Amino acid sequence: MFESWDGFWSTYSALIFGVGINAMLALSIALTLSCGLLSLANAAFMGIGAYAAATATVQFQLPFELALLLGIIFPVIVALIIGVPTLRLSGVYLAMATLGFGEVVRVIILNIDFIGGPMGLNGIPNLTNFWHILLSLLLVIFILWRMRQSKVGRAFEAIREDEIAARLMGVNVTRYKLIAFTVGAGIAGLAGGLNAHYTYTIGPNNYAFENAVEILTMAVFGGANSLLGPILGGTILTLLPEVLRGLKDYRLAVNGLVLIFVVLYLPNGIWNANRFKVWQAKRALKRNVHGGGDA
Amino acid sequence: MFSQQLINAVSLGSVYALFALGFTLIFGVLGVINLAHGAVFMLGSYIALLLVEQFSLPILPALLLAMVVSGLFAVLIDLLVLRPLRARNAPHLAPMIATIGVAILVTNIMQGLLGAEVKRFPVGTLPDESLGFGDLHITALQIGIVVISLLLMAGLWVMMKRTQLGRSLRAIAESPKAAALLGIPVESLFYFTSFLAGALGGAAGVLVGLSFNAISPFMGQPMLHKGIAVIILGGMGDIRGALIGGIFLGFAEVFSVAYISSDFRDAVAFGFLFLILLIKPSGLFGKILERKA
Amino acid sequence: MLKISGLYKNFGGLEILRNVGLTVKEGSITGLIGPNGAGKTTVFNCITGLVTPTKGEITLGSNDLLAVEPHQVTQLGVARTFQNIRVFKDMTLLENVMVGMHDRLEYSPASLLMSLPGFRREENQAVQEAYELLKWFRLEKKSTQLASSLSYGEQRRLEFARALATNPKLLLLDEPVAGMNGVEKTELMTELNNIRDRGVTIFLIEHDMRFVMGLCDQITVLNFGEVIAQGTPIEIKQNPLVIEAYLGSDEGVDA
Repeated sequence: MFESWDGFWSTYSALIFGVGINAMLALSIALTLSCGLLSLANAAFMGIGAYAAATATVQFQLPFELALLLGIIFPVIVALIIGVPTLRLSGVYLAMATLGFGEVVRVIILNIDFIGGPMGLNGIPNLTNFWHILLSLLLVIFILWRMRQSKVGRAFEAIREDEIAARLMGVNVTRYKLIAFTVGAGIAGLAGGLNAHYTYTIGPNNYAFENAVEILTMAVFGGANSLLGPILGGTILTLLPEVLRGLKDYRLAVNGLVLIFVVLYLPNGIWNANRFKVWQAKRALKRNVHGGGDA
Repeated sequence: MFSQQLINAVSLGSVYALFALGFTLIFGVLGVINLAHGAVFMLGSYIALLLVEQFSLPILPALLLAMVVSGLFAVLIDLLVLRPLRARNAPHLAPMIATIGVAILVTNIMQGLLGAEVKRFPVGTLPDESLGFGDLHITALQIGIVVISLLLMAGLWVMMKRTQLGRSLRAIAESPKAAALLGIPVESLFYFTSFLAGALGGAAGVLVGLSFNAISPFMGQPMLHKGIAVIILGGMGDIRGALIGGIFLGFAEVFSVAYISSDFRDAVAFGFLFLILLIKPSGLFGKILERKA
Repeated sequence: MLKISGLYKNFGGLEILRNVGLTVKEGSITGLIGPNGAGKTTVFNCITGLVTPTKGEITLGSNDLLAVEPHQVTQLGVARTFQNIRVFKDMTLLENVMVGMHDRLEYSPASLLMSLPGFRREENQAVQEAYELLKWFRLEKKSTQLASSLSYGEQRRLEFARALATNPKLLLLDEPVAGMNGVEKTELMTELNNIRDRGVTIFLIEHDMRFVMGLCDQITVLNFGEVIAQGTPIEIKQNPLVIEAYLGSDEGVDA
């Protein structure tokens, strides 16, 4: 038994870690989608977080937790820099601004030799273990869940459905878009930091546009308007390629197909959270209103 | 040398303008940001290559045919993906996400079918001559690019301003519902616009493929970024904006490579994009992003 | 309470509003009428900040409404409904109304994250208030349903409930009875009077003359972007300029 568990683990640990990381990434982009924003920068944010955390451990020998924290802070700062000017405009502008952003980050990283330049950053210590990923994922889920249960979550959804009406309800749309965007960046950065510390080396090409699209596909496929959706999407689309190994080159093409298919035929993803809403509302009523249980 | 850079800039800028033109047409008339435009661009290039290599067509007919096929492909995308979304009034993110899907699908299928290596047009595709003025060299290609781009853009301009067709398109750009009430065949004109935009994008693809003598399945992506920068610079949905924005970006890139560093070439577009968003998001010719139904 | 003066709006070479000036008295129900295209909705859009006027002043009490963002206009006490209904279709009725309370709910991020008593109290109170508002508009039986499942008339009432949730001092209603039958219109008249009795000033755009004449204390008439008359319903009915403006269009004054 002992033997086979070790065997199992050494073969599949990377995959299981990958599921956790991808679930976090899918959640990060789903957060922005839930607010009506399309951010193609989350792969770049992951890269910024990865590089920040890895540089902290490799070049500065900082403790892992601190490195991870830096891996969250740097992307958040960058997100603020991009977000503040673009988010006061329509959300489509953000999509376009973030489209090329990954390219810019890549170019910048390529030119900084301190963090490895084109050779990438190597020799990253293997510090991530299963609990780090699990706890991080749980923390992210917790934070997002709390947000959804409050006026923040309602504001996001209102903005997504009808920005103007939301504004006229007193919602400071720009501020909430910024919240969604920066928190998403932080989550992506955390995923990046964790990921870097079990892959030994990272390079500027790991966080390109294709990666951003993969993350997007997971969130859209699973259903961006819930918490379970992106997790499902992340899990399925991480495990699936292993099953579809034979497709090789066409693996990425499948992403494209999934996106088209989901947008056309399953706009809410495979997990539609709307039915949940009714149930939640009933519970809220029962709790708070006398005789409200019959609604 | 300065004047040489100038010529390079005009040549590069013309192609950027051509590409952006197709992009801005779709936005202006269909109200959609078609992120598959880069894939159409790439296809145009490959089709021309195929025609020249396999069928020994001279470059000009190959260009024209490539334009037609690209246009048809764009119509296909409209039919299969954009039209259903239109029909059910999908939120504005939907066509963007769907066209990203198309771009990824097409790009990776091409890569799977034809390989990822960079291909070149066979030697002799283009005439060797170039004009020389002292130190200055203007190649036949550069002349061709500028002339073709200008011709196409002029043709588009004339069509939009002087013909009934153009007026109908402009009416649709204002408000599709109102245009439909006036009896304008909106849906057919949507297909036509897609065709036009695809043809222009394909033309840009052939010209870029010739310019850099490099054709790869991934050439569409960076071009798309630049196209976006151009239309935001010039003002979304505005033809003059695409032209001026394109030339401007051509200049910006050529001169930053020549006088600053070539490392950051691809980041120049984004830099300007960001700057414009900060200062004047409606671009040079201030078209608002939202439009009436 | 609401004072508009010298309001101009040009758009693409067209003068949509021309020297518009009017006052809405506190505690009144004031109407804004005029033929189609007169610019009535544009006035509303200027008040709520969706459109920036070319020139002019709009003040609510001592607050300059043109100096603030749309969401701040709402925070200052102006709520609005739309001609074409804009409820949040994928949210429950309760949630729709609770969005209206967005600005009034106060809790810190920490409180939110850890579900502290302060947070729970605010949220629970919000649910109760939302339910009460829905009850007022006879929608409480459907409060846990998604807004998309409501009929047209019910969605209209939801919009009212949601607008009231912002606790406004001034309620702007854009064609509130469009698509309603006679019974519903009478019911709405009663409801609006109740709302007024609770201290909310009402300013509404409408085409239904009987409704307007029967409900409003004051009426302002707009034609081609200009104010052509202001006064009580009786005065307006008899005003020759008004009669002319309406005879010149497809609507009669006695609709």
